[in-house]
Amino acid sequence: MKYKTIKNAFDHGKAFIPFITAGDPDLESTKEFILAMEKAGADLAEIGIPFSDPIAEGIVIQEADIRALASGTTTDKIFEMVEELRRKTDMPLVFMGYLNPVFHYGYERFFARCEQVGISGVIIPDLPFEEKDECAEIAAAHGVDVISMIAPTSEDRIKAIASDARGFLYVVSSMGVTGVRSEIKTDLASILEAIRQATDLPAGIGFGINTPQQAADMARLADAVIVGSAIVRIIAEHGKEAAPYISDYVGKMKDAIRSIH
Amino acid sequence: MKKGRFGDFGGQYVPETLMNELIRLEEAYEHYKNDPAFTEELTALLNGYAGRPSLLYPAEKMTADLGGAKVFIKREDLNHTGSHKINNVLGQVLLAKKMGKTRVIAETGAGQHGVATATAAALLGLECEVFMGKIDCDRQRLNVYRMELLGARVHPVESGSQVLKDAVNETMREWAGRVDDTHYVLGSVMGPHPFPTIVRDFQSVISKEARAQILEMDGRLPDAVLACVGGGSNAMGMFYHFIGDEQVRLIGCEAAGKGIETGQHAATIAKGSLGVFHGMKSLFCQNEYGQIEEVYSISAGLDYPGIGPEHAYLHETGRAQYVPVTDEEAVSAFEYLARTEGIICAIESAHAVAHARKIVPEMSPDQSVIICLSGRGDKDVAAIARYRGINLHD
Repeated sequence: MKYKTIKNAFDHGKAFIPFITAGDPDLESTKEFILAMEKAGADLAEIGIPFSDPIAEGIVIQEADIRALASGTTTDKIFEMVEELRRKTDMPLVFMGYLNPVFHYGYERFFARCEQVGISGVIIPDLPFEEKDECAEIAAAHGVDVISMIAPTSEDRIKAIASDARGFLYVVSSMGVTGVRSEIKTDLASILEAIRQATDLPAGIGFGINTPQQAADMARLADAVIVGSAIVRIIAEHGKEAAPYISDYVGKMKDAIRSIH
Repeated sequence: MKKGRFGDFGGQYVPETLMNELIRLEEAYEHYKNDPAFTEELTALLNGYAGRPSLLYPAEKMTADLGGAKVFIKREDLNHTGSHKINNVLGQVLLAKKMGKTRVIAETGAGQHGVATATAAALLGLECEVFMGKIDCDRQRLNVYRMELLGARVHPVESGSQVLKDAVNETMREWAGRVDDTHYVLGSVMGPHPFPTIVRDFQSVISKEARAQILEMDGRLPDAVLACVGGGSNAMGMFYHFIGDEQVRLIGCEAAGKGIETGQHAATIAKGSLGVFHGMKSLFCQNEYGQIEEVYSISAGLDYPGIGPEHAYLHETGRAQYVPVTDEEAVSAFEYLARTEGIICAIESAHAVAHARKIVPEMSPDQSVIICLSGRGDKDVAAIARYRGINLHD
């Protein structure tokens, strides 16, 4: 079976990309949540591989990682979960995870499994441009894009990062870690401008986005809006019963960006 | 070797947000380390404030008692703030100041590095915030108060397992949120490049002095140097200027806790495997899926699941040897040194003393060893008493 890839996520205008941690509160729920998000309008789902020490995450996702690991989630079980999910959806899927679990699984083995189950990209927050050689080639050989990130501090690095990027660019909206913010102060317009000068790839903005208004504001600047902590917070509150609440939230966020071109 | 690498170990595995700051730090360090005014200022601080050079003390009673090689002790415990940590901290805080930073942040385990950072920040007029695992804060309340006396703000870290590795996580998160005016004073030869190199260079004053001192006192190089290893800063400092002297054995002593087969230890070289964590590729205690494991040692300063990348390299090439030392052996050595030489050393340093007690009797009297006594033991007295079943009221 042929699955949709990152490129397809941008087929119908601005994309909404939700993030959830695999195994929070358990892998059965993760499957259910992803299907609910797809139905509610998500264009691509970012599935977090939980890590014991997620240094780029704020407290909301840190706690999700702890819940996921406590429920016995492992890299193997996540691949099995995605395999089962693939019986019900062909939506574009990417992983978000720290390098050590990927490294420890073995790059060849990891990316071969990604290819098998239709994971078309990986976001690895602790793998900057300088260290991409770790696994970019092996990933590419399996048709998996290693997504590059651009931060408010990237400045003169944007050109090199963007011209070498694959899939899409992940623009970090704010300094610090993931987590909802009431205000995003970074001059994102000039960052997006610098990216567009270097590449035709789509760019998504993530970190701190919470409200439909923020989503609309970001969608005016970028091709995709990425939301993690706000959704993970819903899971923290409702646990296994979170699907309708997630669905409602994703629907509202997607509605907010649908009309923006 | 590739820049920032020790063989395959090292590197810069950090979020993009920190990359430009690491590049700026490297440039600043490369500039100032060759700037005579900077090195002069640092030397003045080390000598005039921290009390360097530290003594190389001939431990004659221990030598007589063990009946083998001559034992020399490098007395880093006599430095201001009571450990080798001050060597690195004065260098980094001075560097931060030159870079125009007005605020420093640091992680700490037992509190030694936090106290040293708070001290240097007070002296050089920078704001200081220290991140310390909640469990460590409770275990080392005296050091928390000490840092506060020095004007630092201490943040108890309640995430994860609430110990040293979590304090490092939280300090990195804090740094990623505020780099403009803030320098992260990393306390060991670990983390992303250029930290392992910077910290090693600032700590290498230990072996620079010790090498000259033993040549002066004993007329020859030692046959072995020993140091305890957690992240590995005092050991790298103690090894560095002896690396080229092939006849000198370099021995790092890891925390074997309750024994390396018990699962309750922090013996990264003995039981760890290759991984990427805290910005570096090195050896780590981790499970089959690459999740970092909680480690254990009676010594909070060695209670870390990784080891600096240069140590991993010295281990791989066989230039240095790493041995596990249990809690029980370290506590016995702590008591032994107190009784024999009248020195109460840090429980971390006692790991090196313990291994010296094993190898010195098998060596000949014309040979010698140097033990790096990385810190003093006041902070550990209550815990040692507890270990021996005595409850002190503090």
